[in-house]
Amino acid sequence: MDSNYSKFKTVCRILKENSFDKSKLIPILQAVQEEYKYLPKEILVFIALSLNTSPAGVYGVATFFSHFTLKHKGRHIIKICDGIACHVKKSNSLINALKNKLGLKEAEYSTKDVFFTIETVSCLGACGLAPVFLIDEDIYGQMTPDKAVELIDKIME
Amino acid sequence: MIDLDNITRSVKKAGENITKRIVVCAGTGCVAGGSIKVFESFIIVAKELGISVCVELKGGNIGTLLSKSGCQGFCQKGPLVNILPAEILYINVKVDDVKEILEKSIKNNSLIDRLCYSDNGKVCKGQNEIPFYKKQHRVVIKQCGVMDPENIEEYISIGGYRAAEKACAEMTDKEICDVVLAAGLRGRGGGGFPVGKKWNLARNQTASKKYIICNGDEGDPGAFMDRSVMEGNPHGIIEGLVIAAKATGADEGYVYVRTEYALAVKRMKKAVKDASDIKVLGKNIFGSGHNFTLHVMEGAGAFVCGEEIALIASVEGKRGMPLPKPPFPAQSGLWGKPTTINNVETLATIPMIINYGADVFRETGTVSSHGTKTFALTGHVLNTGLIEVPLGSTLRQIIFDISGGVTDGKGSVKDGNFKAVQIGGPSGGCLTEEHLDLSLDFDSLKKVGAMVGSGGLVVMNKSICMVNIAKFFMQFTQNESCGKCVLCREGIKQMLLMLSDITEGKADEDTISLLEELARAVQIGSLCGLGKTAPNPVLSTLKYFRNEYDAHVKEKRCPAGECKSLINYEITDKCIGCTVCAVKCPAKAISGERRQKHKIAIVKCVKCDICIKSCKFNAIEIV
Ligand SMILES: Cc1cc2nc3c(=O)[nH]c(=O)nc-3n(C[C@H](O)[C@H](O)[C@H](O)COP(=O)(O)O)c2cc1C
Ligand code: SF4
Ligand code: SF4
Ligand code: FES
Ligand code: FES
Repeated sequence: MDSNYSKFKTVCRILKENSFDKSKLIPILQAVQEEYKYLPKEILVFIALSLNTSPAGVYGVATFFSHFTLKHKGRHIIKICDGIACHVKKSNSLINALKNKLGLKEAEYSTKDVFFTIETVSCLGACGLAPVFLIDEDIYGQMTPDKAVELIDKIME
Repeated sequence: MIDLDNITRSVKKAGENITKRIVVCAGTGCVAGGSIKVFESFIIVAKELGISVCVELKGGNIGTLLSKSGCQGFCQKGPLVNILPAEILYINVKVDDVKEILEKSIKNNSLIDRLCYSDNGKVCKGQNEIPFYKKQHRVVIKQCGVMDPENIEEYISIGGYRAAEKACAEMTDKEICDVVLAAGLRGRGGGGFPVGKKWNLARNQTASKKYIICNGDEGDPGAFMDRSVMEGNPHGIIEGLVIAAKATGADEGYVYVRTEYALAVKRMKKAVKDASDIKVLGKNIFGSGHNFTLHVMEGAGAFVCGEEIALIASVEGKRGMPLPKPPFPAQSGLWGKPTTINNVETLATIPMIINYGADVFRETGTVSSHGTKTFALTGHVLNTGLIEVPLGSTLRQIIFDISGGVTDGKGSVKDGNFKAVQIGGPSGGCLTEEHLDLSLDFDSLKKVGAMVGSGGLVVMNKSICMVNIAKFFMQFTQNESCGKCVLCREGIKQMLLMLSDITEGKADEDTISLLEELARAVQIGSLCGLGKTAPNPVLSTLKYFRNEYDAHVKEKRCPAGECKSLINYEITDKCIGCTVCAVKCPAKAISGERRQKHKIAIVKCVKCDICIKSCKFNAIEIV
């Protein structure tokens, strides 16, 4: 109960900052996701009620945009670019190497301890340095599978 | 009221005793390479050495000015450090190099050869000598690599906001539209629609409220031009917006930036705030009676939101779905009001046209495509990065003269390595050797089934399978389709499945003809540009690389050796048994005694290429 209350308190602040304006739904969801790293379902309903709109509408927006996620993610998020520039520079060997390193199977994206989550994205706009990936906020360019695995080792330390 | 000349004078005065300038690139690429640490260490080391270095143009400052810039273009060689007025460009600068730069190049004006770009052994001092820069025509991004993007006064001191002042105070809305029309500027966001026409359409609407939107979504994978302009010259875009707002009668606007572009968002926001503070934005701009407020909005990651109507929907807080046109946004856009949408680069070009006139602008380019265009050059070329060339330049000039040629898997240039170039992202197509001398402009590219698009150029060497590339783009458009049209939603999915079958050796000749038929249907039957252009990569590869498709279906063979289901790895007699591959293989598929030829267990192999890369004796081959 306690944690729920604090959840809604932050959401209320975000809603207020956006003057409970329906058209600001995307910035609102962005701010909420920044807080919790994902969009908890009960919060989506709460937002819908507060903005006087339907939960389905809010849910529709939250699922439409790839930036939003309804699932809890790991502490460190690795976004591997698989855009065209990175793809031709063999980004899939990075993906394989990292999945291997973290012991992730085909359809798994988060490690069991939810320490890492791997995602592929379709361009980080640093294509000149392809292949590229992002760990949390930092971009790493001109990567090789070896270098990538080394980086993970460093973070795990 | 704001006095631009006054600000310019005070900036000049503050710089009186500044003799040199160190510009550290702080674009995304160089930041990734550690340029911020380099910047900070300049401050610390200069202090230790007793060299006078300041980081701000303020009265009383003497010596060397240290500043950051947006992307200087040569990202792959970053972090870059540019020294002015000597015009020295140092590449791959590390924190450890800072002391030497200060001692040799700042104190003693001497050049450090080892930090310079070398062109086949010849040391190049700076942009004037480096082939990558020498052969370009940098106009729109010229200031990107020099100016401090976070300092509005510097932008003003080099002539910034003069065009906005002129447009607001001296020109009528019609006059502005006329100049832009006469310049023949075509939108840089992909379609190449004449900007003057679009503005006129909006101008002629009678409405009490109109909007203008800068499209900085840049969802095209492989493109980063708009990002670089937003990071490197945000005020250039704002100036373009002020002019566009006046020309179309808008008093409110949005800059829509991709959320992935954190640095661009930050710089745009700061630039909007600074411009509002000195009243270049706001009420009664330059005393002209023209009002204009600007907001920055972050997108949320949907490629289709680059499309005008989808973009408007997402600004309104809805899912980004396109609608049939007309009505065009210029007639009924954001909240039903006339809305003009222009691309980042388009807007950044506007001040130049107002300052120098239509005729000067028309001097560059071709008969129907005037001016310059930025391209994001990536893939298998020696020098990747951000370039700007006159429209009408050829691929050969770009790939071989500017970029230095096509590279192999290990990164070295070899003749005869060129296979194809993908231009214009998911809406564009793949071109081949026969197009190397084709003029790159809006019309000639359309004729060969490609598109300037936003300007991504991905060069591919012979290791790339074109069927795979087509599949790659189908995967992308399938993920990004908004799902509204059946042909876009289902058709692309089926196309993707067919391409998968081809790459996995499960298809026959009928699959290819069906694929082609469906591609045409998707082209015709989709509502928005995403669906309409999605088949382009498939159709262009089918047209220019048909033999490759045939090899997959008839011989169950991938000529490029890329399609995993159709290849195997084999260790040849060149193997000396060094064990390196066995150690590196993540699947533990390689076995063998030391000094004996090794073997690969095909069933275990995940075809990751690591062994090929790690074998120094080239003993592993794809069969
Ligand atoms: C699916 C799709 C994605 C698009 N993405 C972008 C984009 O990221 N940036 C952009 O400026 N234009 C994009 N466009 C084109 C815009 O709809 C619009 O034509 C353009 O912003 C107009 O600006 P311009 O006339 O200055 O080129 C896209 C179009 C489609 C159909
Ligand atoms: S063509 Fe595709 S992306 Fe465009 S509206 Fe139709 S379904 Fe949506
Ligand atoms: S391709 Fe990869 S998995 Fe296969 S043998 Fe080589 S290193 Fe091992
Ligand atoms: S394609 Fe990977 S960063 Fe652009
Ligand atoms: S980011 Fe520094 S050159 Fe591009």
